[in-house]
Amino acid sequence: MTTTRAITDITEAEQGTSLWQDAWRRLRRNHLAVCGLAVIVFFILVAALTPWIAPYGYAQQNLELGASPPSLAHWLGTDVFGRDLLTQILYGGRISLAVGFLATAVALLIGVTWGAVAGYAGGRVDAVMMRLVDILYALPFMIFIVLLMVVFGRNMLLLFLAIGAVEWLTMARIMRAQVQSLRQQEFVEAAISLGLSPATIIRRHLVPNALGPIIVYTTLTIPSVMLLEAFLSFLGLGVQPPQTSWGLLISYGAETLEEYPWLLLYPGLALTLTLFSLNFLGDGLRDALDVRGARD
Amino acid sequence: MWRFIGYRMLQAIPVLLVVITATFFLVRLAPGGPFSSEKAVIPEVRAALEAQYRLNLPVFEQYTAYLGDLSRGDLGPSFKYPGRSVNELIAAGFPVTAELGLYALLVALCIGGTAGIIASLRPNTAQDYVPMSAAMIGICMPSFLLGPILILVFGIYLDWLPVSGWGDSPGDKVLPAITLGSAYAAYIARLGRAGMLEVMSQDYIRTARAKGLPEWQVVVRHALRGGMIPVVAFLGPAFAGLLSGSFVVETIFQIPGLGRFYVQAAFNRDYTMILGSTVFLATLIVLFNLLSDILAAWMNPRLRSQFGDR
Repeated sequence: MTTTRAITDITEAEQGTSLWQDAWRRLRRNHLAVCGLAVIVFFILVAALTPWIAPYGYAQQNLELGASPPSLAHWLGTDVFGRDLLTQILYGGRISLAVGFLATAVALLIGVTWGAVAGYAGGRVDAVMMRLVDILYALPFMIFIVLLMVVFGRNMLLLFLAIGAVEWLTMARIMRAQVQSLRQQEFVEAAISLGLSPATIIRRHLVPNALGPIIVYTTLTIPSVMLLEAFLSFLGLGVQPPQTSWGLLISYGAETLEEYPWLLLYPGLALTLTLFSLNFLGDGLRDALDVRGARD
Repeated sequence: MWRFIGYRMLQAIPVLLVVITATFFLVRLAPGGPFSSEKAVIPEVRAALEAQYRLNLPVFEQYTAYLGDLSRGDLGPSFKYPGRSVNELIAAGFPVTAELGLYALLVALCIGGTAGIIASLRPNTAQDYVPMSAAMIGICMPSFLLGPILILVFGIYLDWLPVSGWGDSPGDKVLPAITLGSAYAAYIARLGRAGMLEVMSQDYIRTARAKGLPEWQVVVRHALRGGMIPVVAFLGPAFAGLLSGSFVVETIFQIPGLGRFYVQAAFNRDYTMILGSTVFLATLIVLFNLLSDILAAWMNPRLRSQFGDR
């Protein structure tokens, strides 16, 4: 009886599922998260293909037509210059998504490096590095970003850097906590005794093992970055015309909402749907990878 | 407890210094002097103006002089509104912003707190899913989208509420407060739910139930204090968010508050005003973070005992 149990246990262990297969199985059962993933993949594809699938040219105007409600020729209507709203939303989405992903990548790079170094070094280095994070946490960053955009003019590169510079703090904390618990383990000791350099240990052994929380938190950072970009663009401090983004389209729509409500509603819908999907995907991933406290 | 308060207050000092220093030098880095727009200024006038704003001194002396002024609570004159000091502008705008923030916080606490508690009482049922989905919508719907939509529905189609102004007509404070508060209501609902779920599974709650207390007393008298700690700790960051969020809401609803002044100052390049209000807002936010930390520590016995007293 006990022997048969033991044998089946062993075969099960041999077949084994990796952490990622396991997580993927759990994620698939979460319908909202899967829907979120599908929407995101769809939006990314559309953004990538925009120049070929957009129904009209980006700058193509039709001043005689002016603002018209949704119709067969213009599925989502046109703005006051007779520009096709669907085309505007497609091109705006490229920028919004690009800002979201690139600024998150900046935050990811700084945060993971900072947290890994602090957690690995420990002691005084760790104390100084994390005190700095505490101080930066307490700064009112929204105000600082407005200030940065005013002082240095409104360019996209700065926008990425400014947003990335705000969002890395939580990532650093999460990474540090991960590294602190990982570095006690035997495989890290083995790597140290093999004489690997700290940089190699962090890159080859620590970061891959902390990938779960990093992925979860990345998925949750992208929507907050996109929201920040939209917020700045709404105030006129973010993306500048002739480029456009969802935040900018919403800000134009809000000016004429009484006469042409569709100019507000459709860009708003695009933004909300994206944020919704990313948040559901992030929540689902957190449950699937069983990461606790990624939000704090 | 006092040690904890003292420790946190000591932490606030370097934060404030960093804010003041960073803002001061950032503003000095800005391209173009404050008077470069007025082309034909006579050199003597220009010199007099620069002397008035202390621009003729070396930057470091400007900095120390500014710190000296700050310690006396003087934020200096405005560049764009001659004859008015930044103190006056802030004094005009801040009460409006504070009132708006207070109402928004009340909206957030009432709606969010209630929703979170209700959801936590029956997890994974409709009673949980409905408020939590609403909260997710609240998080994903930015205020600059929610505001115009509320205006469209309640101000224009239904014509129930005024869509702009502040204190000019009855009910004109309702829509701004809801617009600003909704995202925080959503966060509070999620935090409250998580906190309550954590607490409700603990032994002392089982004890309270075992001694025969009715469920509502268990929730209100025993679970709330522990379960709301995450919400209280969130109040500091929430306040910071409310202040910066009020930029947008004040712009949408044309409310003459500090946020609108700030954005206008940003566009006008009114550097002393930007500097002054950044320092003012940052100080306020740091103080509120401090307060909410102290409040959370007071509610959480474990955190208190860490600092060695009862």
